[in-house]
Amino acid sequence: MIWRKGPPPLLEGFLHAGRKSDWREALRAENRLLPQGRLSGPMPWVIAIMIGLTVVATACGLALRNTARIASADVAGGVTVQIVHGAPSERDRQARAALAAIREVPGVVSARLVPQHELDALVEPWLGTAAGDDVNALPVPALIDVRLAEKASAARIRALRDAVVARAPAARVDAQAAWLGPVFEAISALQWLTGGLIALLAFATVATVLLASRNALGNHRATIEIVHMLGGTDAQIARIFQRSMAVDAAAGGIGGLLLGTVTTLLLGRQFAALGSGLMSLGGLGWGDWLAIACIPLAGVLLAVLTARFSVLAALRRML
Amino acid sequence: MSNTDDAEIVHFDNVGLRYGTGKEVLTDISFTLFSGRFYFLTGASGAGKTSLLKLLYLAQRPSRGLIRMFGTDAITLPRERLPDLRRRLGVVFQDFRLVPHLSAFDNVALPLRVAGLPESEIVRPVSDMLEWVELGDRSHARPATLSGGEQQRVAIARAVIGRPDMLVADEPTGNVDPEMALKLLRLFEALNRLGTTVVVATHDAHLIRKVPDSLIMRLDKGRLADPTGALRYPPRRTVPVQGLDRSPAGQATGLPRA
Repeated sequence: MIWRKGPPPLLEGFLHAGRKSDWREALRAENRLLPQGRLSGPMPWVIAIMIGLTVVATACGLALRNTARIASADVAGGVTVQIVHGAPSERDRQARAALAAIREVPGVVSARLVPQHELDALVEPWLGTAAGDDVNALPVPALIDVRLAEKASAARIRALRDAVVARAPAARVDAQAAWLGPVFEAISALQWLTGGLIALLAFATVATVLLASRNALGNHRATIEIVHMLGGTDAQIARIFQRSMAVDAAAGGIGGLLLGTVTTLLLGRQFAALGSGLMSLGGLGWGDWLAIACIPLAGVLLAVLTARFSVLAALRRML
Repeated sequence: MSNTDDAEIVHFDNVGLRYGTGKEVLTDISFTLFSGRFYFLTGASGAGKTSLLKLLYLAQRPSRGLIRMFGTDAITLPRERLPDLRRRLGVVFQDFRLVPHLSAFDNVALPLRVAGLPESEIVRPVSDMLEWVELGDRSHARPATLSGGEQQRVAIARAVIGRPDMLVADEPTGNVDPEMALKLLRLFEALNRLGTTVVVATHDAHLIRKVPDSLIMRLDKGRLADPTGALRYPPRRTVPVQGLDRSPAGQATGLPRA
């Protein structure tokens, strides 16, 4: 008899071989079906770059949105009245008359004659204040900064103009929002641009994961066929790929978040150093940072779903 | 065949198979396999043995005909339900098809892990099985470092570890020495006694003679012959292989005369 020890004991062991394990053991068992090349390929790096760029694009978009929102709120009820007259004494008289007229108009919250030193500061970059400069000799208009209770609509501007021009014929009344209109349009265009960039980056991420999944499927095709022949389900095989992709995407996502955050902070510091009033409005709030922190999570979800659906679609072509 | 209960396990009805637009490699194949029996599939090279086995282990859909396995219509079965049928099969592939990145142990454990068994229920049976095929000391070796015979033994161990309802083996002893071939055959017989239907494709007449109660199916140019009445209904209980070579069909198998 060639059996030295009789039939293998496993033949008895088979009798209880139908019991199911818990999900953790099933997970561990599944992980042994295919080689787990985690963090070894270029995928984490590619995802890190994608996520980093998305973080920067999102931060820029949010900062632009904040800038537009705050500036818009600031200037919505703002009206500037200029008294343009060559004679300083007449200009001052009309400015005082206009100020008095403005304060009588309903809906005006505040009206302030801009002091001379502020006007000097405004023209200083262009005209200078060095010794010998005679700023007062220039016909710089007198300015009245007016705040309305509501948005400075065309009708309100017209009513204000009628009231002011009656007493100060040299007065010019303009809504501040009208001056900044092109700026807001530019900001809006930039916001659309960042939105488009984010969409393109998401598309590129999906395409990259798709290619990586197909490549991995091709590399492991023989193994997958064996696992299929042994009764492995599509869902089992897809889970292995999506878990592997989730690990790669999570590592890439964390790296990308760090990269993007550092870049955003450096950019913020650069813009803050410009000292521009408009730029200084575009900070990021806690909600914005929370949204940015969600980008890697969204990236992982996108990568996992892409891997799952691409693998399942490929597996469906096998018997 | 102590466990024969004549329950139908596989039924082929006028099955034909062609690859792509080529000519049929299998034509009008009709037979029924019964639970707990031991079948040999013989035939010359190119006769269609591997193609027939592919249909049996559900790696291929036929071009025509009906196939019923374990009482289920395997032709119309949605592919998401195929794994349930496949888990009832053990397959020894002609080219072994071991997973190259897995050790011998992990290759043998594969069907149990696919079935979701906990490791506590995997380690001992797999170790025992590897011991039994005399690969206990090679359990950590990868397929590339194993000889052809060792790979074949791993493939066989993987096929039987899940105690399948039906074992399908394509030339399972082609690369092992006669002593190991006989030992593996005894393993198949042991499984068969536990109720597993065994289908072995082989050229080895000596191997067939070692299983006296086996039934023989012979393929000739894609058509099935029935030299031993394996395909009759009701099947013959006992078919002495020795009688095979006395019949004209038996002579066609090339088996030596008794």
